Amino acid sequence: MAEEKIKKKRKLKRRSLVDENEIIVLDRVSKSYETGSPALDNVSLRIRHGEFVFIVGDSGSGKSTMIKLLLRELTASEGSVNVLGYDLNKIRHHKIPQFRRKIGIVFQDFRLLKDRNVYENVAFAQRIIQTPTKEMRKNVPAILASVGLAGKYKAKTKQLSGGEQQRVALARALVNEPILLLCDEPTGNLDPKNSWEIMKMLEEINATGTTVLVVTHNREIVNTMRKRVITLKKGVVVSDEEEGAYTDED
Amino acid sequence: MRISTFFYTIRQGFRNIFRNKLFSLASIATITACLFMLGVVYAIVLNAQSMVKTAEQGVSVTVFFKDGTPDDRIKEIGDEVTKRVEVSKVVYISADAAWSGFKKEYLGEYADGFTENPLANSEHYEIYLRDVSMQNSLVTYLKSITEVRRVNQSEMIANTLTGFNSLIGYISIGIIVILLCVSIFLISNTVTIGISVRKEEIAIMKYIGATDFFVRSPFVVEGILIGLIGAVIPLCVIYFLYNNMVTYVTNKFSMLSSLLKFLPIGTIMNTLVPVSIGIGVGIGFIGSFVTVRKHLRV
Repeated sequence: MAEEKIKKKRKLKRRSLVDENEIIVLDRVSKSYETGSPALDNVSLRIRHGEFVFIVGDSGSGKSTMIKLLLRELTASEGSVNVLGYDLNKIRHHKIPQFRRKIGIVFQDFRLLKDRNVYENVAFAQRIIQTPTKEMRKNVPAILASVGLAGKYKAKTKQLSGGEQQRVALARALVNEPILLLCDEPTGNLDPKNSWEIMKMLEEINATGTTVLVVTHNREIVNTMRKRVITLKKGVVVSDEEEGAYTDED
Repeated sequence: MRISTFFYTIRQGFRNIFRNKLFSLASIATITACLFMLGVVYAIVLNAQSMVKTAEQGVSVTVFFKDGTPDDRIKEIGDEVTKRVEVSKVVYISADAAWSGFKKEYLGEYADGFTENPLANSEHYEIYLRDVSMQNSLVTYLKSITEVRRVNQSEMIANTLTGFNSLIGYISIGIIVILLCVSIFLISNTVTIGISVRKEEIAIMKYIGATDFFVRSPFVVEGILIGLIGAVIPLCVIYFLYNNMVTYVTNKFSMLSSLLKFLPIGTIMNTLVPVSIGIGVGIGFIGSFVTVRKHLRV
């Protein structure tokens, strides 16, 4: 009986750390690799549902490590990482796919399946959540149309420009209607025109209620969009501002 | 698992073979080459063992009886000997049959000078063995029978054949085990390399929430298919080559036709088909299963 009470208390304590409205909670998170200094050092931050957040910082500031922790590609050396109610330090291996299906992910290098066409790349995300084929045939063209690729569904990814490939990646990330969209340098390989188009799309997606977290070091975009900006420097959060900017001092 | 997902997995397995043509061809070629070698060695070994067995079956022990042994007793001894495990066949040669055989073989027209059978009391049994290595135990038994006058045996031939048979056995086991190890090593290496170049693809699938099973299944289907194709090709080649080779060798070495008695292809295939398919499919399955697992920790 006593043991059960302690367990209940612990459960309540854990719940109290995470507000229902918060979908990302990092509590005193550190991540060290076997060699070198810590990539993240005692980082705490909370991101609420529906927010648009930029994570900025120079190379080696810990941005990529943070994305990897949020995706549960890595686990924290210290502290707790809670995303969408999942305690990522304790999540069981077989639960990770279920967790990731609630997140959309966009990478700098697009990471599309090169041997498949545009339709197959997007449909693959639906396939893994076992969407019936009938529904898939409606959803995939619709999402491709929303990113302006309705006419290119048969094209192989290598036939597309960088901007188009990133749109396919975005369509793939969005087709399962994720609660959270993680973007790791989404404009890193794009020209300014395509970069802005992608950022506009992300803003539109955010307007529909999806939480968007963008890791970038594109100052122009960050400073123009005036969203919440979390700045990392050598693994430490040095600033966290609503309608913030990415300045040279950062 | 949805039925559509099951068929998707199978379809992807087939498609993967065509998507990665170079890897598929390399894997199939490696499996084909290894299993072809294995099949050829197996066919040679099986034939060699069969030929030695045939030679063994020609080795007989001859038993002569003391003067005055009644015919009933000789028949009784014949029945007892027939029942023994070492014995495959017992042939009774009467004194008259022995004499006429001798005349025919050695004397010809000179035999006319003989008015009586000089081989009277030479009735005997020619006893053929199941296994030549059992000759000594049979001879010991025969010598213990009171009515037996003499037992003729060819110890040297028996020993040579027994030794030769054991030698073939050991050599064939050795060669087959070495070939099997080399095959497993080569095939699993090819499968490993083929899958490793696609670790990026596996990582992407994992990032967007695919389960280990979903990622692994098409690779396993692909591995099994490659293994199956790699096993069927050498079986077909051996099937069509075997009869041609047998005809060629028999014609080329016609003077050894009594010794060179080849097994029918069906006998070779009885074991070779399940073994080759088992190895091909097994290695394809295990190789892809294990290799994909290495890349699933994303």
